[in-house]
Amino acid sequence: MKDKTIKTIKFFGLSFLEPLLRALSGEETQKNLASFIKKTLFPIASIFLFILVWHLGATALFNKEAEARIEKAKTEQGEEAAKAMADCIASGDVSCQPNTLPSPQQVYQAYIALWKDHLQISEKKSDFKEKVADTNAQREEQGLSPITYTGRPSFLDQIGTSLKTVAAGFLLALFIAVPIGIIIGLSDVLRNSFNWLIQILKPVSPVVWLLLVFMIVKTVITDPNMDKSFIISFISVGLCAMWATLVNTSLGVATVDKDYINVSKVLKLSIGKQIFKIILPASFPLIFTGLRITVSVAWMVLIAIELLAQSPGLGSFVWEEFQNGASDSNAKIIVAMFVIGIIGFLLDRIMLTVQNFMTFSKA
Amino acid sequence: MNAIVSKENLHIPHLDKQPEMLVCEELRKVYPTPKGDYVVLDDLHLSIKKGEFVSIIGHSGCGKSTLLTMIAGLNNLSGGKIQVDQEPISGAGPDRAVVFQSPSLLPWLTALQNVMIGVKQVFPHASKAEKLDICKYYLDKVGLGNDFDKKATSLSQGMQQRVGIARAFALKPKILLLDEPFGMLDSLTRGELQDVLLEIWQKEKITAVAITHDVDESIFLADRVIMMTSGPYAKIGDELVIPFERPRIRKEVLEHPAYYDYRGYLMDFLNH
Repeated sequence: MKDKTIKTIKFFGLSFLEPLLRALSGEETQKNLASFIKKTLFPIASIFLFILVWHLGATALFNKEAEARIEKAKTEQGEEAAKAMADCIASGDVSCQPNTLPSPQQVYQAYIALWKDHLQISEKKSDFKEKVADTNAQREEQGLSPITYTGRPSFLDQIGTSLKTVAAGFLLALFIAVPIGIIIGLSDVLRNSFNWLIQILKPVSPVVWLLLVFMIVKTVITDPNMDKSFIISFISVGLCAMWATLVNTSLGVATVDKDYINVSKVLKLSIGKQIFKIILPASFPLIFTGLRITVSVAWMVLIAIELLAQSPGLGSFVWEEFQNGASDSNAKIIVAMFVIGIIGFLLDRIMLTVQNFMTFSKA
Repeated sequence: MNAIVSKENLHIPHLDKQPEMLVCEELRKVYPTPKGDYVVLDDLHLSIKKGEFVSIIGHSGCGKSTLLTMIAGLNNLSGGKIQVDQEPISGAGPDRAVVFQSPSLLPWLTALQNVMIGVKQVFPHASKAEKLDICKYYLDKVGLGNDFDKKATSLSQGMQQRVGIARAFALKPKILLLDEPFGMLDSLTRGELQDVLLEIWQKEKITAVAITHDVDESIFLADRVIMMTSGPYAKIGDELVIPFERPRIRKEVLEHPAYYDYRGYLMDFLNH
C-alpha cells in the first residue's frame, strides 16, 4: 500500500512528499524527517525569505517615492503643502499614494479583489442567462443565434482564454512539428536541406511571427464573424513554440539505436511498421522533451502575443492594468505574474507526467 | 595431438548427406579510410551443412562480427557471394535470425510482445491464438514461462538475452546467427544460457553460426570450430571438428579425455 502510494506520487512529480510518508509510516523516522525538512521545509522557507526581501524592497521604494513627493510639494508649494502631502500619504488616501512596486500585502489584497470581482461577474452572468433564457429559446426557434453575455470578462475568464489559446497553439505545433520532424529525421538529405532554414527561423522573435501571421490571416480570412485575433494569436504561439519539438523529433528519429534498426531489418518490417513500431516509440523520450519545451515556450510567448494581437487573455489583462494606472493596478499585475508563473509550472508538471507515462526508461 | 586434426577427421558423419545451407565464396569486405582501403576480409570461403552448428573463433577485431553481419545481410559485401539454401541473399531477412551481442530488445515492449513482433512478420496468416502459442512456447523453453508480461527493461541482462534467443527461434529461421551472444554476461549466466541454447537447438536442429572469443564456449556449442586469422586480410586459418555426442552435457564434455587436446589446439592457434 505504502509503496504503491509512493510510486504514484513519484509518477506525478510529487516525490518531495516521499520522506514524509515514509516517516509517518514509521520507517527510519529520524532520517526521513530530516530528508523531509531538507526537501520540503527548506523550499518553503526560501519562499518566505523571498517575500521578506520583497517586502523590505517594496517598503524602501515606497519611502523613497513618498519622500520625493513631499520634497516636490515643498519646493513647488511650500511647507504647508508638504505637511499636507505627508499627512495624506500617512492616512492611506488613494489620491496621493506613491505609485511604485506594491508590497506583498497589497498584492494579496489585489488578489482578493480580483476574486471578488470574478464572483460578481459570474453572478451577473447567471442573472443575465436567466433573463434572456426565454428570449433565447424564442430566437432558437426562429433560427437566430442566442444572445450572449458581452460584459467585461473576469480575471478567471482571462486565464481560461489564455489556456485555450495555448492549448490550440500547442496542438498546432504538435501536428506540424512532429510529422515534419519524423520525415526530416528519416532522411539525411532532408535534414541537411532544412537545417539552415530551421536554424534561421528558430530564433525569430514572437512579435515578428505575430506580424507575419497577421499579414497572412488578414488576407485569407475575410469572414467578419470569425474571431481573427484568437486565430492570429494561437497560430503565432504555435509557430514560435514548435521549433523545439521539430528539432528534437528529427534528432530523435535520426538517432534511433542502431540495434533496433537492425532488429527491424532482420524482421523485414515494412516502412510503415518500422516507423510506428520501432522508430517512433524509440524517439518518444526526445519527442516528449521537445513537447515539454514547446509548452513552456508557448506559455511564455503567449503573454507578449496576446498583448499585441489584442486578443483577450492574461496578456491583455496585464497591458490594460498597466495602461489603467489605478491605485491597485500594479498589484494586479504582480498577481498576474504569479498566476502566469504557477500555471506555467503546472503545465510543465503535467507534461512531465505525460512524458513519464508515454516513454520507456532504459535499463 | 595431431591425430585430432587429420583430414579424415574433418568430416562429420551424420552431416555427410545433408545439403549445404550456407556457402560463402571469395568473400571480401573493404572499409574505405582516409589512408586508403582497409581490407577486413579477403578471399574467405566457408560452407556449412544443413543442421550443422558452427562456431567461429578469432581475436577481437579480426572481422568475425563483420562476417556474421554480412551473412545476416546487415552489412554490404565488397566482393564475392553468399548463398543460403542455394539462393543468393539480398538484404536482411527473417530466414537468418540474429541473436545480437546486446539483447536489442525493444524496451517499450514486454517479453511476449518482443517475440510477437517477429512472429507476426513470419506467420502473417496464423490465427492470433496460434501466434500466441508460438511465442509462449519459446519463452517457456528459455525459462521465462512466468515473465511473459514483464517489460524488457525490468528483466536482467541474462533474461533479456533469453528473450533474444526465443525471438530468434520463434522466427523458424533457416540459419541462426549468434553474434557473441553471451559476451556481456557473467560466466555463471553464460553457462546457463549455453545450456538453454543447446537444449532448444537439439529439438530444432537449425543450422547455426555462433561468433565467440571464448574457447570453451566454441567447443561446447559446435560441431565444428572455425578459426579466423587476425585482420587485415582475415580469412579462415584452420578448422576443427568436435565429435562429442549430442545432446551434450557440460560435465561430460569437460571430462572427455580429448577435451583438453581440442582446447589446446585452439589456444595454440589463437596464441600464434
